[in-house]
Parts: sequence; C-alpha cells; structure tokens
Amino acid sequence: MSHPVSIWVYLSESPLLGLALTLIVYAAADALAKRFGSPAILNPVLLSIVTIVIVLKLTNTPYDRYFEGGQFVHFLLGPATVALAIPLYRNIALIRKSALAIVIAIVVGSLTAAASGVAIARLLGVPEIVVRSLAPKAVTTPIAMGISQQIGGLPSLTAALVILSGITGAIFATLLWPKRAQPDYASRGVAIGTASHGIGTARALTIDATAGAFSGLAMGLNALVSSLLVPLVVALLRW
Amino acid sequence: MISRALNVPIPGPVIGMALLFIVLLLRRGIPEPLEHTGNGLLRVLSLLFVPAGVGVMQHLDLIAASWVSIAITIVASTAITMLVTAGVMHGVQRLVDRRSP
Repeated sequence: MSHPVSIWVYLSESPLLGLALTLIVYAAADALAKRFGSPAILNPVLLSIVTIVIVLKLTNTPYDRYFEGGQFVHFLLGPATVALAIPLYRNIALIRKSALAIVIAIVVGSLTAAASGVAIARLLGVPEIVVRSLAPKAVTTPIAMGISQQIGGLPSLTAALVILSGITGAIFATLLWPKRAQPDYASRGVAIGTASHGIGTARALTIDATAGAFSGLAMGLNALVSSLLVPLVVALLRW
Repeated sequence: MISRALNVPIPGPVIGMALLFIVLLLRRGIPEPLEHTGNGLLRVLSLLFVPAGVGVMQHLDLIAASWVSIAITIVASTAITMLVTAGVMHGVQRLVDRRSP
C-alpha cells in the first residue's frame, strides 16, 4: 500500500470507491457553492453528478460498479423522506388553514406539469418514447418510474429526466422569487414540491423551514394525484 | 411493505411519511432522538440524490440525440408549473381568507 496507484486499484475493486467518491465530490461541490454565496446555478447536486459522471467515464467505470458504493447513500433517501413528516408536523396549523388551497394548487400543478411537458416535447419533435418518459418528470422518482412503465416510457430514462427536472426546479426555486417584505413561503413551498419533488424540497428546506414542509407535503400529494392524472393527459394530448 | 400489500401506486417512503405524521399527531409532540436524527438526515437531503442522479450516464446517448428539445421542455415546463402552482395556491388562499376573515 506504499504507492498511490495501488490504493486506487484497491479502492476500485471495492464498493468503498463509489461511497468515497460521492461523499468527497459532494463535500467539495457544497463548499464551492457556499464559497460563492450559493448562487442558484451552482447547485451542489448538479455539480456532483457532472463531476462523478466525468470521473467514471474517464476511468471507464460502469455505473453498476459505482452504485455498489453509492447505494449506501441512496439507501438513506427512504428514511429521509419519512423524516419529512417532522417539518410537516411543525407546520400543522398553517396546513389546516390552507388545506383547500393546497389541494387545488397541486391538482392544477400536476395537470400543468404533465400537459406542458408533453405538449412542448411533441411540438419540438422529441421521439415518442422520450415524450412518454418525460411526462411524469415532476413526480418523485419511484412513482415516476411506475407511471412511465404504465404509459409506455422507459423507467430508467424517466429516473434520469426526473432528476434533471428536480435540479432545474431547485435552481428556479430561488431564481423565480424576488425578495419580498412578506414572503408567502406556503405557496412557494407547494409550487416547488409540485414541480420538482425531492430535489426541489431539499432546496426549499435551505430557503425556509416552512417552505420545506409545504414542499415535502406537495411532493407526496402530487405523487398520488399524478399517478391518476398523468396517464390521462398523455392519452388526451394526442394529435 | 404496506404499499405492496395495499397495491397502491405510492412508494413506501411516502406512506412512511404519512404514518410518521399521524403518529406525531397522536403523540402531540416530536421525541428528542427522532428530532435529532430526522434533522440530521434532512440537512444532507441533497447529497442523497447524487447516486441516483449519476444514473443519467446510462442514457447519455438517448438524451444526446435530442438534448436541446429535452432541455427546453424541462426548463419551460418546470418554470410554468411552478408559477401556475404558486399563483393558484396564492389566489385560492386569498379567496378563502376573504370569505372567512
């Protein structure tokens, strides 16, 4: 173990590589973003994914090999999603007060996401299989993959497009809202969670705890609403 | 497990979130250890999406073939969805508040 190369050979044979790579690259990306005042475009998730994909391509490492280590981080997504109940509970009074508005906004938002996505993609001549994989892009990954399969898309391509939409939404989560004297964090959170699921919610949590709670709630409700509405929209928007 | 047993199209973690929420409602409070663990997880939530995101590399060729159209679709559709959702929520809430001040 005296030579640096031998360490690389050892690491690349073990699942530790994917884990170490993920943690180190994310820590560096996060530090870099903070160094420049966390501008929307320097999204740590985006930076990390791009960097890791480049590293894997350059070293000819297949994704499956990387994921042997990456799965340890990926596994925590489940418990973290469950933990979103905590900020939700803290905002229970606010949620009760706006229950009607939340439900209406999410139903309209779900329809808008699917209809605008399918319509724009078809107008631009995107191949039909990609259009169908794109339709559930605003929905949290596991459900989006289920919807994709149901409507004839490619679930694994959907997972990729969902992540890209999430990152886009996380960027818009700060870009679209000018600083106001009386910010409406409830509406903002619902909008972020409906349009960009968990990645948007992660960003919303860093903006404001209330925005994060509403975003997590919207992500969950949108998953439910969209699994009913997205197949309908795809069927109706045909010409 | 519940999601499989009930055969509903909702993933386990989202059901878990709902169950934990109900438990917290019944207990009327958040136990300290849960609060500690939960907040720790939520602080690094962004990191947890990275491994799945790297999966994009498996579809680079399919995305590359029409990447401009895909990028326009994602950017435009996400922005429209966010603005419409925020607008509807804000508008409906104002109507509700006006009717029952």
